[in-house]
Amino acid sequence: MYKVVIPGDFVSDDAKRAGEGTYVEDGEVHAATYGVVDDKNEIRVVAFTGKYIPIRGDVVLGKVIEISFPYWIIDIASPYEARLHMSEVAMRNEERIDFGNMNAFWDLDDLIAVEVTNVDALMRISLALKEDLVIGSGGRLIEIPYTKVPRIIGRKGSMIKLLKAKSNCFIFVAKNGRIWIKGDAEDMKLASEVILMITNEAHTSGLTNRVAEFLDLARQSSKR
Amino acid sequence: MKKGEDIEFIKEGKRVDGRGFDELRDIKIEVGVLKRADGSCYLELGNNKVIAAVYGPREMHPRHAQDAKMAVVKFRYNMAPFSVDDRKRPGPDRRSVEISKVSREAVEPVIIKEYYPKTAIEVYVEILQSDAGTRTAGINAASVALADAGIPMKDLVSSVAVGKVGGEVVLDLNAVEDNYGEADMPIAMIARRNVITALQMDGRMTKEEIEKGLKLAMNACHQIYELQRTALLKRYDSSEDRAA
Repeated sequence: MYKVVIPGDFVSDDAKRAGEGTYVEDGEVHAATYGVVDDKNEIRVVAFTGKYIPIRGDVVLGKVIEISFPYWIIDIASPYEARLHMSEVAMRNEERIDFGNMNAFWDLDDLIAVEVTNVDALMRISLALKEDLVIGSGGRLIEIPYTKVPRIIGRKGSMIKLLKAKSNCFIFVAKNGRIWIKGDAEDMKLASEVILMITNEAHTSGLTNRVAEFLDLARQSSKR
Repeated sequence: MKKGEDIEFIKEGKRVDGRGFDELRDIKIEVGVLKRADGSCYLELGNNKVIAAVYGPREMHPRHAQDAKMAVVKFRYNMAPFSVDDRKRPGPDRRSVEISKVSREAVEPVIIKEYYPKTAIEVYVEILQSDAGTRTAGINAASVALADAGIPMKDLVSSVAVGKVGGEVVLDLNAVEDNYGEADMPIAMIARRNVITALQMDGRMTKEEIEKGLKLAMNACHQIYELQRTALLKRYDSSEDRAA
């Protein structure tokens, strides 16, 4: 069972193991957010919701919100906007990119998979392209709180493996809480329902089994 | 209209609405009532009805008001035109600008602003129905809404008013007591640590009365803290029932 805490709640005496979502005062660990306690290697409080803060190395799904030569300005579902430099594309493209034709590669509202290469002290964020992942047209985008991404993936990827296998969809889960689903209309509907179910019940235990049951049931009823 | 001197505030040890001196009005707290806000809370304190919404942390506008080291907290206290007996002219006025500032300073000390440099955390408190003590109700609601938005905080803030009515120090004044009583003193504090984050006073009280009032307020803030806490915990209990 997961223990729900609110800001200020006492969590533990072991100040050395204090992790994310906590603060230490007088040698005691207290919760800094409203969430559930995770006491494995370090003591963390996993928030129910919150805003994504980029960390170097994260792979995120971004949306082009502005083209400002030589950058694409990308919204990454965070309080900070990120920049993708033109040279990222120029390196793997025959065609010359110039002031006028940046929108030929990505235009406003296009969705791209990018990797955070740097976050500086002023929260300026640089991105790099993730070449092995191309987001084409079609499919669905779902946004969930980024804190629940580990739950969608599950322990050693158990949940996402199950979901991919049972729903026949291509599913890409990005660190910023954006999820890309591609498949048949019916399959995508099922996959997004399950993702919302996981999001709503992320703080309960035995979730993988319940999701498996739900998926099996859904499959049986659709066959009939 | 009744005049102040004619009201019998204390009758057989009870107040005009039948409460004891150290008794709070009924409080009802509901978390997560607004779908589009990052965090929200609906709160009733007697006849006061307030709703608080929190957005952010998000990009701070105007840009020049950004703080490179921490988030900026914005707080807007606003009374609906229908919240009082005579229609209130909509929009900010001298009173609500002051209350916004005081309330902001009451909740700011618990927010860990350093986690989100250059951003804004926006708190909107709307008073839907008013019956004295709206600023304390607003602070209580705002603090729950901030927690609901997942904003890192060191604690919750609880708030209550004490005052002097008919020669007695009483807790949580209602509209009649506030309008015709001798003094009114709203207090906001971090209940678990007994730290006062906001204190105002209108009227006259002696040193002893203020000390007595502070004690009443501290006790009441502990009670309110427990209500805020149960409201937050309850939200994730109910979804568990659904799962089972």
